[in-house]
Amino acid sequence: MPLSVHDIAAIRLTLELASLTTLLLLLIGTPIAWWLARTRSRLKGPVGAIVALPLVLPPTVLGFYLLVTMGPHGPVGQFTQSLGLGTLPFTFAGLVVGSVFYSMPFVVQPLQNAFEAIGERPLEVAATLRAGPWDTFFSVVLPLAKPGFVTASILGFAHTVGEFGVVLMIGGNIPGVTRTVSVQIFDHVEAMEYAQAHWLAGGMVVFSFFVLLALYSSRRFKPGFN
Amino acid sequence: MHPVHRFCTALLLCLPLTAVADDVQVAVAANFTAPIKEIAEAFEKETGHRVVTSLGPTGGLYTQIKNGAPFEVFLSADDGTPAKLESEGEIVPGSRFTYAIGKLVLWSAQPGYVDEQGEVLKKNDFKHLSIANPKTAPYGLAATQVLDKLGLSENVRPKLVEGGNITQAYQFVATGNAELGFVALSQVYKDGEITGGSAWRVPDAMYEPIRQDAVILKKGADNPAAQALVDYLKGPQAAKVIAAYGYEN
Repeated sequence: MPLSVHDIAAIRLTLELASLTTLLLLLIGTPIAWWLARTRSRLKGPVGAIVALPLVLPPTVLGFYLLVTMGPHGPVGQFTQSLGLGTLPFTFAGLVVGSVFYSMPFVVQPLQNAFEAIGERPLEVAATLRAGPWDTFFSVVLPLAKPGFVTASILGFAHTVGEFGVVLMIGGNIPGVTRTVSVQIFDHVEAMEYAQAHWLAGGMVVFSFFVLLALYSSRRFKPGFN
Repeated sequence: MHPVHRFCTALLLCLPLTAVADDVQVAVAANFTAPIKEIAEAFEKETGHRVVTSLGPTGGLYTQIKNGAPFEVFLSADDGTPAKLESEGEIVPGSRFTYAIGKLVLWSAQPGYVDEQGEVLKKNDFKHLSIANPKTAPYGLAATQVLDKLGLSENVRPKLVEGGNITQAYQFVATGNAELGFVALSQVYKDGEITGGSAWRVPDAMYEPIRQDAVILKKGADNPAAQALVDYLKGPQAAKVIAAYGYEN
């Protein structure tokens, strides 16, 4: 058996983290993307820029600030402590929070593009048919933006699976809690266990390739919506 | 010639100039971060050579060396890795020597948190105890030896958080995310005293001595600056700095 118990635990944890993060991001990201796609507010630029920050910031910056703000002396840490939740670093919940920030642009941007591509017209038609805003959203916008949701989910999931720097900086490498596949690979390499590293690293390459293959093949037939 | 091309050509012309033998590329184990800075500065002033340091965990640096990293001198956090490199023919024969013996300390950023006998470990009312990864970092391994000696390994296991190297183990404690942790004395010690927080200097008998060996790597065989740096490390000025950070030498 090429994979150890720890390797399998890491794979499981990574899949749990990526699933939960993607789910949360679809819930949080949809209204943000909708707002960004529709608004004429002057805040559109700054909010768009903040959402896109993780694209350009090194994970070390994000990880460092998360560690400091979520720590016992940071504002978030003081808040979670006052709720009796303790602090977030070294916990699975902490990784989820970090991943939500880290993968945010990969979910929001495809959704925003999809919403923008729909344009005014279908919404106006829906309004003339007396559809309320919620009805319009679920009956008109969601079906039209479906390819955008598919892209957003795949990218959000895959990007979280590939997360390393943030996990390393706030995780504390606890088996079954914060030791994800990318950290486990790092450990194997550092410990000169190249054979084990190859199995996991090779697996990541194959996984990532097929995820992207699925994404790009599905896109070929549905041009227009990112 | 297009200005961009001209610029690129100019850059290419500069390359051989910056790579002359007066630079020495040194890979340094993370725990020696502070002292190497001080030593390199003094060395540069005295000799005119330039020291380029790369910091990292010993295991990681080993992997990089094995895969063609341009390091000429390697200051390890242990003696096993340099010995391995020697047996693999990666070093200048006979260049291996111990430059420092590392000391382990149980440290907290909060004053008064860690008592001078380390009883705080037995009380066990902390949430997180930070150590370096015992698989890759000698100080992490030493920390697990101390916990074994105290018979506390099982009790504290659920509370252990691991840094990728000793710097990260320190960072977890310094930011307060872990109440306490085993770090290198050199990280919290200067000129005979602990620089902040509270600490228990773990008795030498509780862990295998952390002999930190240095070697000249094959890539540095013909670089006089590499030899000069090693000579300087063995000399009295460097010894003073090394001792000031709490190492034995």
